[in-house]
Amino acid sequence: MNEPPVRYNALIQMILCRWRESLRQPEGIFWTFVFPALLAVALGVAFRGNARPDPSAVVVVQDAGAEAVAASLARDGGLKVDRLPRGEADRRLRAGKAAILVIPGDPVTFRFDPDRPESVLARHAADGALQRAAGRRDPVAVAFQPVTEQGSRYIDFLVPGLLGMNLMGGGVWGIGWVIVEMRIRKLLKLQLTTPMRRRDFLLSHILARLAFVPIETVPLLLLARGLFGVSTAGSYAALAAVSLAGAFAFAGIGTLVASRAQSSNVVMGLINLVTLPSFVLSGVFFSTSRFPDFVQPLLRVLPLTALVDALRGVMTDGASVAAVSPQLLVLGVWSLLSFLLALKLFRWS
Amino acid sequence: MTGPAVDVSGLVKRYRQVTAVDGLDLSVQAGECFGLLGPNGAGKTTTIEVIVGLLEPTAGAVRVFGRTWGRDGRDIRSRMGVALQEARFPERLTVREVVTQFRSFYPKGPSPEALIGQVGLSEKSAEWTVRLSGGQRQRLALACALAGDPELLVLDEPTTGLDPQARLMIGELVLANRDRGRTILLSTHYMEEAERLCDRVAVVDRGKVIALGAPSALIGALGRESVVETIRRATLEDVYVSLTGRRLRDE
Ligand SMILES: Nc1ncnc2c1ncn2[C@@H]1O[C@H](COP(=O)(O)OP(=O)(O)O)[C@@H](O)[C@H]1O
Ligand SMILES: [Mg+2]
Repeated sequence: MNEPPVRYNALIQMILCRWRESLRQPEGIFWTFVFPALLAVALGVAFRGNARPDPSAVVVVQDAGAEAVAASLARDGGLKVDRLPRGEADRRLRAGKAAILVIPGDPVTFRFDPDRPESVLARHAADGALQRAAGRRDPVAVAFQPVTEQGSRYIDFLVPGLLGMNLMGGGVWGIGWVIVEMRIRKLLKLQLTTPMRRRDFLLSHILARLAFVPIETVPLLLLARGLFGVSTAGSYAALAAVSLAGAFAFAGIGTLVASRAQSSNVVMGLINLVTLPSFVLSGVFFSTSRFPDFVQPLLRVLPLTALVDALRGVMTDGASVAAVSPQLLVLGVWSLLSFLLALKLFRWS
Repeated sequence: MTGPAVDVSGLVKRYRQVTAVDGLDLSVQAGECFGLLGPNGAGKTTTIEVIVGLLEPTAGAVRVFGRTWGRDGRDIRSRMGVALQEARFPERLTVREVVTQFRSFYPKGPSPEALIGQVGLSEKSAEWTVRLSGGQRQRLALACALAGDPELLVLDEPTTGLDPQARLMIGELVLANRDRGRTILLSTHYMEEAERLCDRVAVVDRGKVIALGAPSALIGALGRESVVETIRRATLEDVYVSLTGRRLRDE
């Protein structure tokens, strides 16, 4: 029997079968390619212009003197002025469609929510416009130079977050779910009656995952570059290294998630337990700096936070591998701990 | 080979409330086809899973090729092929891919094409397993069990749920393998099948062996002890009924 050695190498055969299975799953393709792309496009468009709050939506309440006030405000070209009756104006303010209500009278009343940044900005703009229209002269002349810095827009913030999310999903679903499926189908049991090595079995899942990293990252990067001009400030080698470290950590977590679960409900619950809090706590969609200071150290050691921070460091700040070594260390510790624990807990039959 | 291929003595397997196997003894001689015959819940699957090293027994001893699980696991596994009841292959892999993967687990064995040919699936080798019929799936399971050119073939209910034609086909494959000198341990709840395929049968009920011997000897013994119907030839079904007072549901 002169067969090519690849054919009868168990590890290679198992990796090949994992790839084939993954690539033949339409659901998998959707979650890996289509969903992140849709998110990027939807959020990239929705928060175009750096997610800047829109302070321009000013509503003048239809009342005595409304005309004059509106005319004064309209002299500031940056304000979009509407005139509406009180009831409708209040509804708009509540719905967040108006930044501020201006109620004519003496004094002119500004009605706004001081917790909404765009309302505070609108208050200053409207105030200035009214004062200038009434004859105030600004003692210092100023000129404005608007710039749109690449790397500072919301889409630049979002894309590394989506990459991290993709790598996390790939690991926990691609390993956690797949192993539990094999357990439910009694395939794991069946394979254990063969001389297959357990080590090869686990290794095949991890290696198959790592090979999916380019598939999970490159299309999204290309899309973000093509549609929004999102570019990578750092080296592609650093980006690849960080992505692999992340994929490895989540491969470990995926294995841990699968180690005991015997039904799809249990594993789905565990996967949601890992992924859903991460979406909120790890700075995928908004910065972790919004959380109080005392939880920051905790958030920083979450695997997805470390991964997303490191990806952002490389993509937007041009960080080197050395510069993101704290995050890589966090990912390394997660990899090690989750694999060791998974090996200890794993339910083979 | 000297000694039995499988030797089980005093096997007990208890789950929290249930005693699945309750002091079971059997031994399978090299080269014979041995049947575990019993209704659903008799303890056949549990016995088989202990024998193939998937379950730890609560008590009792199991030897395969004279060796015990534990130290000699890998050696036993490379000489044995197993088809489990209810194991389902990945839906979106082809027959060839599945067989090649199983072949890769063993140090030696026929080529995947030869294995697929042996079970008569050559025409389906590029088909996803999800598109196979029940009988074809069972033949695929058999091809996987044969992947390491095993001395011992263990088949848990290989024909359950199949139509008569598919059952006949599996039966022929089992006989062909026995004729090649392989030892076969199979379980079934079809009486006529045990009678047709097996050299010896252990009738299992509630985790115990209640009768053991060649099907013809079991039926013959029955003839001496009870009123024999002259119209119908006695079958293993009659043996079971006379031993337990119950009928064996034949689906
Ligand atoms: N994992 C388990 N936990 C609890 N009871 C079990 C388990 N596996 C099997 N049993 C019980 O053990 C008995 C024997 O089952 P089994 O060996 O599957 O019988 P058979 O294969 O002959 O139908 C049944 O009553 C079954 O419900
Ligand atoms: Mg059974």
